[in-house]
Amino acid sequence: MAPESHRSKEAKPGAVGSIQGSAAGPARNPKPATRNWYLTGRKVAYYQGCSLEGLASEYDLSTRAVCETLGINLVEIPDWSCCGSTPAQSLDPLLSGALAGRNLAIAEGMGLELVMTPCPGCLGSLKGAIELHENAETRQSFLEVLGMPFEGRVRAISVLQLFYEALEAGLFRERVVNPLKEKVIVPYYGCLLTRPPGFAQFDDPENPVSMDRILEAIGATVPDFPYKTECCGATYGVTRNRIVTELTGRILDMALRVGAQAVAVACPLCQQNLDLRQEQVNRHWKRTFNLPVVYLPQLIGLALGISPDRLGLDKLMVNADFLLEPAAPDASEVSS
Amino acid sequence: MEPIHILEIQKTCDTEFIREVEAASGQQVRKCYQCGNCSATCGFTRFYDYPVNQIMRLVQLGQRDIVLGSRSVWLCAACQGCTTRCPCNIDVAGVMEALRVMSRQTETVSEQDVKLFYDEFLRSVRAFGRVFEAGLLPVYGLLSRKPFTDLDLAPGLLRKGKLTFFPHRIGKHREVAAIFERFEKLRRSKASEGGKTDGP
Repeated sequence: MAPESHRSKEAKPGAVGSIQGSAAGPARNPKPATRNWYLTGRKVAYYQGCSLEGLASEYDLSTRAVCETLGINLVEIPDWSCCGSTPAQSLDPLLSGALAGRNLAIAEGMGLELVMTPCPGCLGSLKGAIELHENAETRQSFLEVLGMPFEGRVRAISVLQLFYEALEAGLFRERVVNPLKEKVIVPYYGCLLTRPPGFAQFDDPENPVSMDRILEAIGATVPDFPYKTECCGATYGVTRNRIVTELTGRILDMALRVGAQAVAVACPLCQQNLDLRQEQVNRHWKRTFNLPVVYLPQLIGLALGISPDRLGLDKLMVNADFLLEPAAPDASEVSS
Repeated sequence: MEPIHILEIQKTCDTEFIREVEAASGQQVRKCYQCGNCSATCGFTRFYDYPVNQIMRLVQLGQRDIVLGSRSVWLCAACQGCTTRCPCNIDVAGVMEALRVMSRQTETVSEQDVKLFYDEFLRSVRAFGRVFEAGLLPVYGLLSRKPFTDLDLAPGLLRKGKLTFFPHRIGKHREVAAIFERFEKLRRSKASEGGKTDGP
């Protein structure tokens, strides 16, 4: 059986997504603040995915801690299962959709309308499942393989989108008690958070700014980062390690060139490639990057005054303790 | 990589292949006019045997064997850069995905290690309901005859308490296995009907 097309490039009207961008230019004026229902304490299904159970446990810890502080009510999908990730997609989009769809069906069965996932790979699979269900030509096979009742009433968004909308709705205001002053942090979005635009339906595919805005809001200094959407090498770390060390080395090198002290990420695979594999990158490039790669919710959590333990800051391979150092007193304050 | 003999291309043009790729991907590959945006975007060109714009051209020329046996098809990371920048609105990454699936079916997968890793990943999902990262690597290492794969990462992971030695099996793992079974059954029945897709 050949695969079925399940993706469209064109954005659909009425989609979840708040930054109106286009390939013609970056989004400068995101839509005015509105408070989405899911920011008001109603339940949001939480699908953390397999990585967050293992190598990215700090991403899970920090996401939960920040949501709790912001009053976002996450409910873990009970007995959730793997979305199949890239391997299922390479076998057949239908299998990928059904594996991811099981989690959507459980959430829908609980009466939940929105699934949030911190993993862009999982997000892609969840959205693939929704598209297979929406497409009249593929719906029947999808439901047949899924084998569970599913009406397609749930949607899926990334943790980045959730936090961005929380920022837009003013949830960060007054809660930032420990701004990351004088910390120079570059946002690294990677591939799937904003691409392809019709699929992601969030932010600008060429020059996304949502993470930039969040980092600015928590007090960090955010230089322009030209490689913010370059690919890190994805799953080839295991099978074709040189691909990852080459591509990741370029990203780390550019981050240093723009003066970064740390890289902010919102993807467990990007983080693994940039942080866990940084020693491999060092060996390949004969460099010593020593650049911390920190999950976005860990940075937000620090700014919100959550203790580093609850954010799993010590779980990162490259030490990021510089984030805990207080900023030097402002020169103007000293003179006055 | 086999050299392409330009004069032979008409003889080896398989128009059925063009139709199959378009049906499987839902994309009109014929619209590609070789601007090269996809290859300019692609971070993987240096690892490919044919840059992605050449893959698109080879599909237009009906070169089944070259395309489905190419390394490019299996080294594409589906980063979606090409799809985002294609001025003809072709979902190029979607075409590459369809070609990966087709090369599995014709058993012409060029990068056997990548396929092996994916297969072991799915085996883990089927058995436990979730992927067991720490168990996946040693199995892959043994089967690919590269037992030292990522062994250098183990001490650090152990220090950070990130290595788990036992898989977490979800409660209803049989539901996940049943999805695999229903998928295989559907695929078998479609294959015996002779029909290729329920798409266009």
